[in-house]
Amino acid sequence: MDTTARIIDKRDLTDITKLFVVHAPLVARNAAPGQFVILRVTETGERIPISITDFSRAAGTITIVIQEVGRTTALVGALGVGEVFLDFAGPLGLAAPLPSQGHAVLIGGGFGTGAVFPLARELRSRGVRVSSIVGARTRDLVILADLLATESDEVHVCTNDGSLGYRGFVTGRLEELMDAGAGFTHCFAVGPMPMMRAVATTTRRRGLPAMVSLDPLMVDGTGMCGGCRVTVGGKSFFACVDGPFFDAHQVDFDEADARLMTYKEQETLAGELAGLGR
Amino acid sequence: MPIVYPHKTAMPCRDPQERRRNWDEVAEGYTAERAIAEAHRCLNCQDPVCEQGCPVNVPIREFVRRVALGDFEGAARTIRRRNLLPAICGRVCPVEHQCESRCVLAPHQDPVGIGRLERFVADWERQHGNGEQTAAPEVWRDQKIAIVGSGPAGLTVASDLAQLGYPVTIFEALHAFGGVLRYGIPQYRLPKEIVDEDVEHLKTLGVEFVRDVIIGKTVTIDQLVDEFGYSAVFVGTGAGSPIFMNIPGENLKGIYSANEFLTRVNLMRAYSPAYDTPVRSPRRAAVIGAGDTAMDAVRCSIRLGAEEAHIVYRRSEQEKGARAEDYERARDEGVIFDWLTLPQRFLGDENGWVRGLECIRTELGEPDESGRRRPVPVPGSEFTMAADVVVIALGTNPNPLVPQTTYGLDVDGHGCIVADPQTGATSRAGVYAGGDIVTGGATVILAMGAGREAATAIHEYLQQRADQEAEQVLDAGSPLLNG
Ligand SMILES: Cc1cc2nc3c(=O)[nH]c(=O)nc-3n(C[C@H](O)[C@H](O)[C@H](O)COP(=O)(O)OP(=O)(O)OC[C@H]3O[C@@H](n4cnc5c(N)ncnc54)[C@H](O)[C@@H]3O)c2cc1C
Ligand SMILES: Cc1cc2nc3c(=O)[nH]c(=O)nc-3n(C[C@H](O)[C@H](O)[C@H](O)COP(=O)(O)OP(=O)(O)OC[C@H]3O[C@@H](n4cnc5c(N)ncnc54)[C@H](O)[C@@H]3O)c2cc1C
Ligand code: SF4
Ligand code: SF4
Ligand code: FES
Repeated sequence: MDTTARIIDKRDLTDITKLFVVHAPLVARNAAPGQFVILRVTETGERIPISITDFSRAAGTITIVIQEVGRTTALVGALGVGEVFLDFAGPLGLAAPLPSQGHAVLIGGGFGTGAVFPLARELRSRGVRVSSIVGARTRDLVILADLLATESDEVHVCTNDGSLGYRGFVTGRLEELMDAGAGFTHCFAVGPMPMMRAVATTTRRRGLPAMVSLDPLMVDGTGMCGGCRVTVGGKSFFACVDGPFFDAHQVDFDEADARLMTYKEQETLAGELAGLGR
Repeated sequence: MPIVYPHKTAMPCRDPQERRRNWDEVAEGYTAERAIAEAHRCLNCQDPVCEQGCPVNVPIREFVRRVALGDFEGAARTIRRRNLLPAICGRVCPVEHQCESRCVLAPHQDPVGIGRLERFVADWERQHGNGEQTAAPEVWRDQKIAIVGSGPAGLTVASDLAQLGYPVTIFEALHAFGGVLRYGIPQYRLPKEIVDEDVEHLKTLGVEFVRDVIIGKTVTIDQLVDEFGYSAVFVGTGAGSPIFMNIPGENLKGIYSANEFLTRVNLMRAYSPAYDTPVRSPRRAAVIGAGDTAMDAVRCSIRLGAEEAHIVYRRSEQEKGARAEDYERARDEGVIFDWLTLPQRFLGDENGWVRGLECIRTELGEPDESGRRRPVPVPGSEFTMAADVVVIALGTNPNPLVPQTTYGLDVDGHGCIVADPQTGATSRAGVYAGGDIVTGGATVILAMGAGREAATAIHEYLQQRADQEAEQVLDAGSPLLNG
């Protein structure tokens, strides 16, 4: 059985964010919105989890968006069209628990803007109204808003500096829309931990059910190591097999934040060696 | 009655102080002279009861006799009739519970060192080229077999069925093959080159190895059968899901399951600066549990630089599950054993790092379901111990991925796949299972034994099916006439 995963298209979205279309038919055939892959680039390298931004069973492709934050993601970023991943395993995790009616608001920050795209498509095919909110620090870092627009009833862009769209955080825009009577029934957010924490706080206060895709450190991604454990509702779960989507209002974000920092020192060193010490 | 030396011929080990800081194999193995001397201790019993203690019935008496005669090649051939992975088993079998426990010498003196001899023979064979190793058999059957998991159970099924002429594919979730042999058991106890060689050997038998495929996620068992045309499936997915204690503070940084700690170290080679995957360097390590896994974790922590490394176990030394040899080697390497000690919670610092354990002393009460005496906390005996790395090695549950995604596959209350102990047959026709996924965490050789039984059963099942299909074709008469 052929597990070769070859890059057939690549696009630079920002200086450090890159989109890859990967021919990996075996992974594509069972992929569902909300799942991820684990990939490896070199024989001595780490296994890293990356969300599935898009998939096509017909074309046998998986699209991923990589944000270069450290050594391994930098190695991925340097790959070009025609090259293959050493390992590309998936789809992993559970499909996002999507509703079949109502009005969903999808919130994406960083690579998360890509990760919410398959949710939007699936929700729309189920007849759910979809509003999307995309956040970035500044206009040059806004990614994939156009792609998301193809599967959303409306898209709202937010930048911290106001260089594009709403000035402020995604949660500010979310509240504005709710105040204006958007009538959201569900919220799904993928992005940096501080953003998801803020979404949790806001939606809890406003009584809007919300799910977030947690991105703890992982090793195997198959439920074997327990390194990805997160506390939700006072109970410990393995994000790779029980998630990655969890009830935002129940997540212990303090613990999740702390655990992400476990190898901070080693990572900073590896990042500097990889030339990311900017 | 020949004179038999009461003690096993010693096997040289590297010096404990030296080995504390590197990953080379600890036990150096017998020389030919030592092996012959040890083989001479065997009485060549009329009724070799030792063989009943081996789950795959290695012809122990015969191979030991050949070693005594210096016929190492013959000994290797003899072992290979029953055991596909002798270099591995000779190193990791808990012989004191298996073959050697039955040896007639055992009550009054040391049993024959069967494991050591097996290792010697296998290593001799490796060094002298597997001269008359079976060439790739002809693949001539058209019924394809899928094997899920590349641990000892899956490797055995693959080998047996490939030699019967079946096309065999092994699917492995990880990027490397061998199961626990690869990610769990450390280099200093089982050099990975040996696992590599055994996998390579299976490739020469024509077995197809496919990595990065998680059955139940990438492809389901039903798809393997319905869409990919596999006629039978063997599930050997092991008991890979780590058990945690569910006590406060367990998710502090620096607290690992044994699986995570050992996977980082063995599979991902965190100990080598050339590899990217990190692991926390311990100064004071505490490993909870006293089985093989715990010994592996504690000895790895020493090799990662721990100045102090503890085993914390709620029962006493007698109840420990670890192999005798590994326990002694851990002691020689300076491991401190805190028996009758039960952790109650983990203590952390302001940054979420573990800094210690709050424990309570126990004493042993009445026997529990496992037949071992139950540890009972002693009131008022609470104390804290410092630790910056904690490894929880309390065993594993079966990984639920395959049962959850396979229609009609029965599991028991522990999540183990229900399989016929003689054949490995499950509640699904054509789907067989064996090894830790059926028994819960057991041993390498038991997993191999289960694989062997399942391979035989799969062969019978497929032959029957082929016969039935042939009959149906005959009954149906000429396809042309029936239009
Ligand atoms: C389910 C899941 C889905 C993910 N999807 C994507 C995706 O679609 N695109 C993408 O670019 N990344 C994604 N990530 C995050 C990605 O796995 C990490 O960024 C990557 O492992 C970092 O590896 P590195 O060697 O490049 O950096 P490292 O050297 O490991 O880390 C560099 C910096 O990034 C931080 N970091 C490390 N891991 C994470 C993490 N999991 N989340 C947030 N910060 C982290 C570190 O604290 C450090 O500051 C996902 C993670 C998970 C668990
Ligand atoms: C640290 C440690 C030390 C041990 N020491 C000893 C020892 O000294 N002596 C001894 O006899 N026994 C020892 N054991 C026990 C022994 O290793 C196991 O009993 C044995 O490996 C079980 O074999 P198995 O083939 O059933 O499964 P495993 O060896 O667990 O292999 C299962 C394989 O299946 C793969 N897999 C799981 N799910 C899927 C899926 N859905 N799709 C594809 N692949 C999948 C896994 O990744 C793994 O590679 C030890 C165990 C551990 C953990
Ligand atoms: S395979 Fe294991 S149990 Fe069997 S004879 Fe060899 S060492 Fe003993
Ligand atoms: S029982 Fe002991 S002495 Fe007898 S044949 Fe077996 S190994 Fe030799
Ligand atoms: S990554 Fe190992 S259990 Fe989730």
